Amino acid sequence: MKEKLNLGLKLNMEIIVIGLNHKTAPINIRERLAFQDSEIEEALRRIRSIPSIRETMILSTCNRVEIYATSKDIEKAVQELKQFLSEIHRFPLERFERNLYLLIGEEAVRHIFRVASSLDSMVVGEPQILGQIKEAYQRANESKASGVILHRLLHRAFHVAKRVRTETKISNHAVSVSSVAVELAQRIFGTLEDRVVFLVGAGEMIELAARHLVSGGVKKILVTNRTYERALTLAREFQGEAFPFGEMSVGLKKADIVISATNSPEPILTSEQMIRVMKERKHRPIFFIDIADPRDIEPEVGDLENVYLYNIDDLQKVALENLKDREKEAERAEGIVREEVERFVRWYQSLEVTPTIVALRKKFEEIRVRELEKMLSLHPELTEKERKSLEAMTSAIINKILHEPITHLKEKDEEAMADFYIDALQTLFQLPQSSEVAKEEEDARI
Amino acid sequence: MNIYFFKISTLLYFLATMVYSVYLILLKDDLLRWASRTVLLGFVIHTLAFLSRYVEAGYTPVTNLHESLSFFAWMIIGVLLIAGLRYRIKMLGSFLTPIALILMLFALALPKEILPLAPVLRSFWHPFHVIFAFLGNAFFTLAFCCGVMYLIQEHQLKSKRMGAIGKRLPSLKVLDDLNYYSLKFGFPLLTLGIITGAVWAEYAWGRYWGWDPKETWSLITWFLYAALLHQRLTVGWRGRKAALMAILGFIAVLFTFLGVNLLLPGLHAYSNW
Repeated sequence: MKEKLNLGLKLNMEIIVIGLNHKTAPINIRERLAFQDSEIEEALRRIRSIPSIRETMILSTCNRVEIYATSKDIEKAVQELKQFLSEIHRFPLERFERNLYLLIGEEAVRHIFRVASSLDSMVVGEPQILGQIKEAYQRANESKASGVILHRLLHRAFHVAKRVRTETKISNHAVSVSSVAVELAQRIFGTLEDRVVFLVGAGEMIELAARHLVSGGVKKILVTNRTYERALTLAREFQGEAFPFGEMSVGLKKADIVISATNSPEPILTSEQMIRVMKERKHRPIFFIDIADPRDIEPEVGDLENVYLYNIDDLQKVALENLKDREKEAERAEGIVREEVERFVRWYQSLEVTPTIVALRKKFEEIRVRELEKMLSLHPELTEKERKSLEAMTSAIINKILHEPITHLKEKDEEAMADFYIDALQTLFQLPQSSEVAKEEEDARI
Repeated sequence: MNIYFFKISTLLYFLATMVYSVYLILLKDDLLRWASRTVLLGFVIHTLAFLSRYVEAGYTPVTNLHESLSFFAWMIIGVLLIAGLRYRIKMLGSFLTPIALILMLFALALPKEILPLAPVLRSFWHPFHVIFAFLGNAFFTLAFCCGVMYLIQEHQLKSKRMGAIGKRLPSLKVLDDLNYYSLKFGFPLLTLGIITGAVWAEYAWGRYWGWDPKETWSLITWFLYAALLHQRLTVGWRGRKAALMAILGFIAVLFTFLGVNLLLPGLHAYSNW
């Protein structure tokens, strides 16, 4: 359906994205350009008043600030958007211009699809970004800043994100050392709620790991440290219990998960000691996370039954393994994005006036011919002349019906609304280029 | 009629096993929904098979090898449905359904006609003996599967790998607990099965205990599970040891049920085919 007839006007509306993210700009610049929630409505209104811009949406998160827009005069729109960013934030353009990226047309479509699917995130696969885009889209809708093209674009983006989430395992992998520790603890103990965590040492690393376990559900924390005061402070922080270092075995008896990070030059726990502890524990399973360097816990302890010992290298290895899995999944996700970009571009190109008019005429003509044939076969008594005039009359009817809408579409003044009319026509009359996409959009909404 | 129902349920268990196996490879959760629906339907039809055979035969149909295999499989699927509902263990079906399917296929190959009941089996006690014994065995099958899953999960954790299957397997804690729960049900049932068997033996042959191979082997099985329970409660045998014992116990169960029938002659020989 790509005849070069040039009967009507061509729609040269392009989608553009201008912005910066964690890859192109340092935090201090991102901060300067970020929009507060309360500022977005006003910002959208101001962009709307720029004549070269038709539709717009602002996405502002802690990792990215992006303006999505459609425009017929890209060069002008880009200049004006840059000016706008600089003015609204009172931040000279030359300070951040080199951090900006500009994506046009297909590239812009690919970009939003990738962002929505969390392929462009700092932590690939993290799920929050989709919610943030949905919110940005909703704000644009409320301010009537978005139109036919952004509507479709965003709905497709949500659809792509959903596909990526369900068809790949991109977000199932723990890739930080702390999240690997939590995942392992869950594989040993199931829920972490009734588990007791024992912190041996009171440094920063320990605190971080403990925080992760607490957010994983752990409630009870025991702490010991060579300097007892540090243990007390940390225990207070987690509403836990502190022990003097000499009473470590008491903690070992009670605990399910032990995180150890002292700077002792020698192991503080040998396998002989642990064999005794296990007897006292009635062999309840215990999970050691040894993040000390050199090691706090003799490696042989990990060979004991019902003892699981992971040191920092083991955890890192697992994290790396997960990362590799996730990269594989990301490749599959990129494939989905490619497919969907192609589909969107097909719809987008069908938004031209000429093919739409051709398709509309064709549709009407088909109906006319079908109905006429039906009628003629029911009335074989009609003469050749009568047949001819029926033919002429039906043709005249559809020409008359189509005359005004088509003239309207071709008028220069209506250019700005062309995309809206075309989309409406394609949907209302189920014209071939769009019917496929329309159906999919329905799916995406559900 | 009962044979038709039996065959349809076998087919359904077969389909469910296929879907569960594909699940093990693809790990797509949608498959599980289909598999468990198929198993549930299979169980309903299997129940109809049992009931219709009861009506057609006029006695509780647990009197020959075909019937007892089918009954055992029925109990296993019943336990799967209960445990699956209670614990929501995704992988359980992938382990239990194939076992039930093998029993069903075995039963399928055996003569299925309803025969007049042998005089020794005409006893009030006999059906109770069989039902207790097989319900107990079904729980031991569950303990066996938990043991196998435990060993897989433990191996992955000890070798410090995060395999895709290990991620879907239940936690060690859940598997160990379930192992224990199934023993807590299975062991008293086995005990009841042996006691009712002895009472029935008194009626049938005039003595409670005669050391025929079946009796000896069920006693061995009983001691194995008794030892496991005892060690668990006193010295805290859990985890790997308990898993290994549950596997060993299940082998004893299978031998008592099938090995004795097929290999060693004895009083239970009427349950041969």
